[in-house]
Amino acid sequence: MKFLLVEDNLELAQAICTRMQLDGHVIDHADRIKDAQAFSETGEYDLILLDIMLPDGDGRSFLKRHRAGQNDTPVIVLTARSQVSDRISMLDLGADDYVTKPFDHEELQARCRAVLRRKTGTTQTVVKLADVNFDPVKGALKIGADEIPLRNRELRLLELLFNAPGQIFSKQKLFDRLFSYDDDVSENAIEVYIGRLRKHLEKSQLRITTHRGLGYRLDHD
Amino acid sequence: MRYILLLIFAFFGTLATAQDWEDQQLFGPSNPARTLRVISSTDTSFFAPIIAQFLAQNPQLAVEYLVTSTTALDQTFRQSPQSYDVVISSAMDLQFKLVNDGHAHKVEDISHPDWAQWRQSLFAFTTEPAAIVVNRQAFEGHPIPGTRQELIQALRARPDVFRNRLGTYDVRQSGLGYLFATQDARSTETYWRLMEVMGSMGLNLYCCSGDMINDLTTGKIVVAYNVLGSYASARKDAQDILEIVLPSDFPTTMMRTGFVSSHSRHPEFAAAFIRFLAGLQLENNGQDGFPLPPLSPARDIERQPTISLGPALMTYLDSLKKQNFLQEWENAVVQ
Amino acid sequence: MVWDIGWTMTDSAHIHGSLRNRLAYTLVGGAAILAILIFLVVRNYAAQIAQQGQDDVLGASVTSILDAAIIRDGKIEIDFPYASFSMLSTPSDDRVFYAIHQDDTLLSGYPDLPRPQIQGTHDRDFRSALFNGANVRLATATRVLIGADVRTEIKVSVAQTQDALSGTLNRISRNVGLFVAGFFLLATLLSFWATSTTITPLKRLTNSVTRRGPKDLSPFVKPVPVEMAPLVSSLNYLMARLDHSLKQSEDFIAEAAHRVRTPLATVRSHAESTLHRVEREDNRQALRAMMRAIDESSRAAGQLLDHAMITFRADHLELQDLDLVDLVRDLVLRLTPIAEMKDIELRLSGDKDVKVKGDPILLQNALRNLIDNALKYAPSESNIDIIVSADPVARVDVRDQGAGFPTDRMPELVSRFSRGENAGNTIGSGLGLTIAQDVAVAHQGALVLSNRPEGGACVTFSF
Repeated sequence: MKFLLVEDNLELAQAICTRMQLDGHVIDHADRIKDAQAFSETGEYDLILLDIMLPDGDGRSFLKRHRAGQNDTPVIVLTARSQVSDRISMLDLGADDYVTKPFDHEELQARCRAVLRRKTGTTQTVVKLADVNFDPVKGALKIGADEIPLRNRELRLLELLFNAPGQIFSKQKLFDRLFSYDDDVSENAIEVYIGRLRKHLEKSQLRITTHRGLGYRLDHD
Repeated sequence: MRYILLLIFAFFGTLATAQDWEDQQLFGPSNPARTLRVISSTDTSFFAPIIAQFLAQNPQLAVEYLVTSTTALDQTFRQSPQSYDVVISSAMDLQFKLVNDGHAHKVEDISHPDWAQWRQSLFAFTTEPAAIVVNRQAFEGHPIPGTRQELIQALRARPDVFRNRLGTYDVRQSGLGYLFATQDARSTETYWRLMEVMGSMGLNLYCCSGDMINDLTTGKIVVAYNVLGSYASARKDAQDILEIVLPSDFPTTMMRTGFVSSHSRHPEFAAAFIRFLAGLQLENNGQDGFPLPPLSPARDIERQPTISLGPALMTYLDSLKKQNFLQEWENAVVQ
Repeated sequence: MVWDIGWTMTDSAHIHGSLRNRLAYTLVGGAAILAILIFLVVRNYAAQIAQQGQDDVLGASVTSILDAAIIRDGKIEIDFPYASFSMLSTPSDDRVFYAIHQDDTLLSGYPDLPRPQIQGTHDRDFRSALFNGANVRLATATRVLIGADVRTEIKVSVAQTQDALSGTLNRISRNVGLFVAGFFLLATLLSFWATSTTITPLKRLTNSVTRRGPKDLSPFVKPVPVEMAPLVSSLNYLMARLDHSLKQSEDFIAEAAHRVRTPLATVRSHAESTLHRVEREDNRQALRAMMRAIDESSRAAGQLLDHAMITFRADHLELQDLDLVDLVRDLVLRLTPIAEMKDIELRLSGDKDVKVKGDPILLQNALRNLIDNALKYAPSESNIDIIVSADPVARVDVRDQGAGFPTDRMPELVSRFSRGENAGNTIGSGLGLTIAQDVAVAHQGALVLSNRPEGGACVTFSF
């Protein structure tokens, strides 16, 4: 997916970009409204992440103009405020959702998926591997004519593996992506989800192989 | 000299019960709870029926009715005001002065015409004009005079008929006579001419109306001036003999008055008596067989003005004025 | 569990006296003094006039007697007219006394009547005296008669009781009294009218201040009487300053939050990215702890601010008609992405249409806290049921399939900063339930915690 990040703090922007690219997304960064407008007019973005306090103005004014310009690219606001009324006013101004800084990337991604699912409804982000079509936004797996709905954690796990087929992911790494630090589960819970994915992929040409002591890998038949 | 006489008179009056009353009668039960002492200048016969009716309504009371002349009444009462409960007199001026001097008790709950009461203390209960009473025999074939002026002309026309046969009050003795004389003199100069004419023909002077009427009926006198008409008309035996003339030029009308003595020992009963008397005289108009003339209704006042109850009544009681008046009167009458 | 929140406006004002009462007392008191003054002056004046009238008549009477005095043959004669006394007739039948003296000898009349000396240039004397048990007015005058070889002085006194005079005075007093009473009554009515008219702009201002919303700090523009202008301009100045400082502090808080939260976000993002790269378990533990600390502080700060804001709003509740189902549906939509991360399904059910009167911001916050809480404690791949119902009262039930509340500490749960014992590692400042409770109380409702017999916690927010 292609994101536009509007954020004046370069370090945060850097961190967000790194994290997004890690998940295989494309992300452009603008540090002021002027640049953001230029980017949004020229590039096609799936989603805009918008900070509110910017050096050359308020993010809300960008939002207003953005909506006035018939641009229906969804916008998720990154806000440092937490006041209830502020959140509501941002939704009123046309933001599709918001996250409060500091935020969990998994939550941000979840919100992005939710917004996209709600906004576009159509699948523009289908990833194809062998005979499997994977739509992370819709959360569905298509093998031939069969469409298999995925639970959220299955989806996130598969997304990871799809992004890097042939690469071995350690159990710990997968666990940190799937579970929050406050989920009271053991690392072995990963095996349950690996088991479920294997079952979903049974009829396809894709296999998840176990590499004892190292982790799991998505393989092509 | 008069003061000494008065003192002696008073001495007898208070010391001896044998006061020189013209009349003295006790009405009511022999052992009454209370006895009202009424001092009056009116003959008992006029009051007897009124007292009887009053006692019928108040059986526990008795009334002692004492009669004396107006002048004596004034003096007697002033000597011992505590001895009398009710004071009745025809001498309005003397009555007025007694009340003015504080000898009367107010009787509040009595409703009486304003002109017939003073200070809610002195109440008038008759209106009685002073009349010229003549013996008809003396005027046979001659018109009976209707005014003072006509009387003068009649007298002058036949002096022989009237010589020594004229009578009037001796104003030096009679309080009522003095009142009539002063009121006449105040109203018309004719009074003095009449007196002079009468005086020059020989005038008999009387203390009281009763005596004058007696002498009229016997023919000892044929003309009496300023007699109380009421006394004359009350004499049934004299109806055919006497003619009562109310002088149409100026009738002098007096009101008999009464008050409750401020020294009365039974003021409530005395007040009841006055209330009864005033009410009776105001209502019955003298038609119920009471010999006393009624208090004229107000409408008659215009035609027959009464001597008004007011401070002016004291004018001729002033000793200087009285001295003056009597002097003049004697000059006119005693020739 | 009743929460005493806030204070009322009048509690904070020290009341000393009332402007309206003071004004009314002053006006009515002034009218009373004026009325008494009028009464006394008019009565006194009337008394003087009436007395003057009586004196004139008495004087005329004395004069008429004196005028009648002549010397005839060396003797005094006073043939005074009838009118001398008849002029003294009064409607009240006043008593009359008189005395005539030649030099110092009584000629006639009442010997005991007081005999005042005629002094100086005055040729007559008027005085009040007590005679024969009555108050009398006494007029005295003298006249010198000169005969052939005599020179003598005649002194005449005429006295009259004052019944008619006091009757007249009583009548005048009664009339003046009635007039004055009427005046006083009218003045009192006028004072009340004037007072209420005067006080009306103040009342209007008070009403307009009271009716204002908590955030309305705009100046008063309606015209006021000149006396109130300083008050209103001070009020406007105060509000302008308040508005300014409020805006400043809002800006400051926003700026501060931005400045603090942005680096935190940076750190958290880096930590998260790094977590995916490093392999050593102790490094990973450290990164997790770092993220946890950041989340905890950020959440605590957020809830503290929310709580302060809610306490403020609860004091100035702005009720509006709203549909509880719409409000909850919106919330569910916002929270679904988070629920999905734990494979939890938020299920909204219940009545179609539940109308309530409430503050939407407060309600949203309170209910979001309840659902947040449920999300925290619910196990993965479970359901959270959110039931909105209208009968018997409007209410929202939030039911999860978690461990439920520790039964012995339920009352404590909602008190500030307390946290469920079985929360384990779950992030939360514990303010969530307190906020929800405060909002419920502000709406005259209640927050009830219970454990379901089939397992899981249930929180009921009712109106």
